[in-house]
Amino acid sequence: MTRPVYINGIGSVSAQKTFDNSVFLEDVTYRSDTIINVISPDYKSYIPPAAARRMAKGIKMSTVSAKTAIQEADLEENKIDAIIVGTGLGCIGDSEKFVRDIIDNNEQYLTPTRFIQSSHNTVAGQLALGMGCKGHNFTYVHSAISFESALLDAKLQLENKEADNILVGGVDELVDHHIDTHRLIEHIKQEPVATMAVLKSGTKGAIFSEGAHFFVLSGEKSHSCHAELVGVSTFNNLSKNQVSEKARSFLEENNLTSDSIDLIILGYNGDVEFDGYYDGLANGLFSNTCQIYYKHLVGEFDTASGFAFWLGNKIIRHHNIPPVLRLNSVEVSEPKLILCYNQYRGENHSFTLLRKC
Amino acid sequence: MGAGVAITGIGIISAIGGNVSENYRSLISGKIGIDKITQIETVHKDEIMVGEIKDDNPTLEKRLKFLENQNSRTVLIGCIAAQEAVEQAGILDINDVRTGFISGTTVGGMDKSEQYFYDYFDRPEVRQHITGLHAGDSTKKIADHIGLKEGFVTTISTACSSAANAIMLGARMIKSRQLDRVIVGGTDSLSKFTINGFKTLMILSDTYNTPFDDNRKGLNLGEAAAYLVLESDAIVNKENKTVLGYLKGYGNANDAYHQTASSEHGDGAVLAMQKALEVAGMDPSEIDYVNAHGTATPNNDLSEGRALIRLFNGKVPEFSSTKAFTGHTLAAAGGVEAVYSILGLQNDVIFPNLNYKTQMKEFDISPVTKVKNKPLNTVLSNSFGFGGNCSTLIFSKAK
Repeated sequence: MTRPVYINGIGSVSAQKTFDNSVFLEDVTYRSDTIINVISPDYKSYIPPAAARRMAKGIKMSTVSAKTAIQEADLEENKIDAIIVGTGLGCIGDSEKFVRDIIDNNEQYLTPTRFIQSSHNTVAGQLALGMGCKGHNFTYVHSAISFESALLDAKLQLENKEADNILVGGVDELVDHHIDTHRLIEHIKQEPVATMAVLKSGTKGAIFSEGAHFFVLSGEKSHSCHAELVGVSTFNNLSKNQVSEKARSFLEENNLTSDSIDLIILGYNGDVEFDGYYDGLANGLFSNTCQIYYKHLVGEFDTASGFAFWLGNKIIRHHNIPPVLRLNSVEVSEPKLILCYNQYRGENHSFTLLRKC
Repeated sequence: MGAGVAITGIGIISAIGGNVSENYRSLISGKIGIDKITQIETVHKDEIMVGEIKDDNPTLEKRLKFLENQNSRTVLIGCIAAQEAVEQAGILDINDVRTGFISGTTVGGMDKSEQYFYDYFDRPEVRQHITGLHAGDSTKKIADHIGLKEGFVTTISTACSSAANAIMLGARMIKSRQLDRVIVGGTDSLSKFTINGFKTLMILSDTYNTPFDDNRKGLNLGEAAAYLVLESDAIVNKENKTVLGYLKGYGNANDAYHQTASSEHGDGAVLAMQKALEVAGMDPSEIDYVNAHGTATPNNDLSEGRALIRLFNGKVPEFSSTKAFTGHTLAAAGGVEAVYSILGLQNDVIFPNLNYKTQMKEFDISPVTKVKNKPLNTVLSNSFGFGGNCSTLIFSKAK
């Protein structure tokens, strides 16, 4: 018999002011751009300045987000049995600088720090080092399902009692060369779009961003518990018309139907070529369900779905759906079952299911 | 404890051969793959030795019937190894059961990213490589090549233990019935990025690497791809499949000591090996041979040697590192050495730790240095990486 998995602590550093868990999108930042950066917390109050100076932004964001989650879970750091991180590109700022140095200096005068930090598992390794956590330490690097792969791994271990408390997170940073090259291939929008106009942009590409979302997942429900992680499932390739069928079978595996879902969180990013993947669910299976979206507020990045997961937990805790997120006018007073669906450019689809507990 | 997870296919391409049988022949004939670098233009070419796959990209592309310069070398070698594993497992329709693909990589498409870093802006014809920088992109392309459609596909990047961790996740997913079949392993090509990175860490040898030798000078980088097919007992029984060996145990732990170096007494390594033995339900005395991580850096071999002495309470079984043959193939290493572990079990042979001459001062254990025939039932394989990442896999003979 497997045991349930609970989310006992959450942390976020995103393009909105989310690093403070006591508020919930009360003060939204509106922008008009093609790229957006995180609203940085005061890193000094989380990390000693001497250490912070050498740290990549991804490590700093993750440290704050992880500390917030662990603190909320009211857990001693030594009670964390495993650390699992998802990241599309790791600390890509350092990789980019290291490549630039190799080329510009013809492979001379290089220093190791940038190389070390560009290893994809730097964040998970640094967190383990900081906390003295000697347990399982994995890093998943698979585009839009990097975070979900980490969730799935954690869920498997908690269900099978291989661990009791796991720190799970997703992190990605936004850097120059990545922006410049992705503009060339129109994965980033060519023209700025205002936050509330993202869905109607009618243009190709997304607004690129960054962020770090960490969670404490546990086999026991604590007083700080937000929700239960009921299921997570990912798919390599799906056609638009397969999405509804997969959503249905995902719910069936969890003994549920689409009617039982109170709220669906969709990963719409305003890319005219790929938003159609969400339309199938929004206009079909879940047309009578309360629908929300979030990438207009926090942008697109490989682990943006970590924000959706944070959002689901937050909504269950606060019984409140900030109006700025709403896609339709279907009302729900106290959402108990929340489904998240995400994909990127028609690949790497994921369904994640949260339940109030 | 059950028999473990069945391995029904293996595939590999490395500096010592383009498939499983070529690798085996090289291992038993002492043919090493370390040489001067030929396929990457680097200012360090006279100061380093590498384990390079002999075929250049056009040759690999021809072998795969791929268009020219559409893929990273990491993808090309990955496709070759994964295809061999799938063919050997006798899989006719890869989507007929819930099949997954889990690949480990550290560089992904870095070979192309560094080559075209400034060129993307003026040369539209190379822009297909922009998205190749995503490590997951290489995995996706290999999954497409072996015909996987909607199934579970992901990538693990935990530095030099990546493939070992991919194998571990695959086994856990089969055991928990999330998948019926999974192709697991890793792929990494050589790149200027890793050559220069390891150069800054000052752990590259300027000559042939000498694992566990007192005078070891560091590692040779290598490139390789290697995959295993793991299948559930239900499929093995139903299709009466030939089992090549079993994955019995696995463990991952973190040294939590230093971002790149291993702790003096190998705490993480001991933990990983203990966990693997626990999962396998085995006593240390049941291990017949250890395929060591043995990179030939001063730090690794000392730390790993001490960890072995601790785990086995002084009675260390026969051990060797095969990195003198292949070089250190980074993310792929755990996959390469899983394939070698299975070949060892199948053929009752321990592959030698080449280039060893001088006993290390710090302890009195020494590796097997000649091909040795010996009945093998259980092999333990270690892979350790940056970020304190330590992984152990335990394989057993097919019954």
